[in-house]
Amino acid sequence: MDKRAKIIEIIQTVSKKKIEPSADESLFDSGLIDSFALPDMLSALEEAFGLKIPDADLNPRKFDTVERIESYLEARQ
Amino acid sequence: MAFIAGFGAAVPERVVGNEELAGRIGRTADWIRNVSGIEQRRYVDSETVIDLAVSAAESCLEKAGCKPSELGMIVMSCSTSPRRFPGPASQVANRLGLTETPALDLPVASAGALVAMSLAADVAASRGPVLVVAAEIMSRIVLTEPLDPSVCILFGDGAGACLIHPSRGGARVLGSVMGTDGTFSEDLRLEDSTFLMNGRSVILQASRKMPRAVSEILRRFSLAASDVGTYLMHQANQNLMDRVADAIGVERDRFFSNIARYGNTSSASMLIAASEWAENEGFRAGGRVCFTAFGAGFHWGALLAEGVAAPA
Repeated sequence: MDKRAKIIEIIQTVSKKKIEPSADESLFDSGLIDSFALPDMLSALEEAFGLKIPDADLNPRKFDTVERIESYLEARQ
Repeated sequence: MAFIAGFGAAVPERVVGNEELAGRIGRTADWIRNVSGIEQRRYVDSETVIDLAVSAAESCLEKAGCKPSELGMIVMSCSTSPRRFPGPASQVANRLGLTETPALDLPVASAGALVAMSLAADVAASRGPVLVVAAEIMSRIVLTEPLDPSVCILFGDGAGACLIHPSRGGARVLGSVMGTDGTFSEDLRLEDSTFLMNGRSVILQASRKMPRAVSEILRRFSLAASDVGTYLMHQANQNLMDRVADAIGVERDRFFSNIARYGNTSSASMLIAASEWAENEGFRAGGRVCFTAFGAGFHWGALLAEGVAAPA
């Protein structure tokens, strides 16, 4: 499974919604990810991609779209 | 060595239910309860933070069997005082009849009571009994028009107090951890009279930093999360309390909660909860209680206490 597909799968699991967000769609504004689902999504990303996101990187804007999540993960790998 | 000798609390009489707020913000009472766990909160009419603080302090001192004249210090947590200086501590001390006892202000918002307890436990042996008081009037801040629905529903007014004593009390303070990270200090702040909160950032940081602080203090004493009978957490949001319980791996009902009735009273909330818990349950010999809080700054921490046997 490629990176983007895995990210989308995580978003769907955490949000419990089988909606496929477009790459630049705000996960927050669309209601897919709320304040309490965000920590779960980040924990799932850490586990799936084998990395630890430091507190200093926990800026919600960095994880607002599939594209931004992908960019963050690429920068870290 | 330091002990927790008593708690006290004071809340205003006026009860404001979700229905009353829901109409003003175009949401429903159920929505408010679902996103926060809050069903009602208390708002002051004409009282000041000093009025609330003195009521909580007097209640605490009475329960602890301590006269104001025995106090070695007062540490007052308040971030909603209308005055920049002097902070409310000096007037609280004055209202308790004290004119020489040092009384210090600690304006660190929601984590203030935890920070004050931690500092009090460190200095009680040299200073004598330290009265920690936390009082906040959030309603005058968050009810400023235009209302922010995600903010105004959360907060209420109240005060809590705790006496940290060098030689007696129902529980011994085993230790504490505190932390501060200013990286996201812009995400929760009161600037002039404007309250600004990036809820996502606050929840994200809180849901990681509080469990970490709890784990750290437990590790220091080689304890598991399940070795603590009761967790007394800053009553920020029921969903956050549940999340912290899940993160450290204990049943959610180990986290005492009264947020449904008082909302988030910022730094006062943990001690209002502690006071209510003490009235109904209280310390038992060998029973452990862990306090934890997180708030603007960000400041956070955890403090561990263990019940001691009552003197024969």
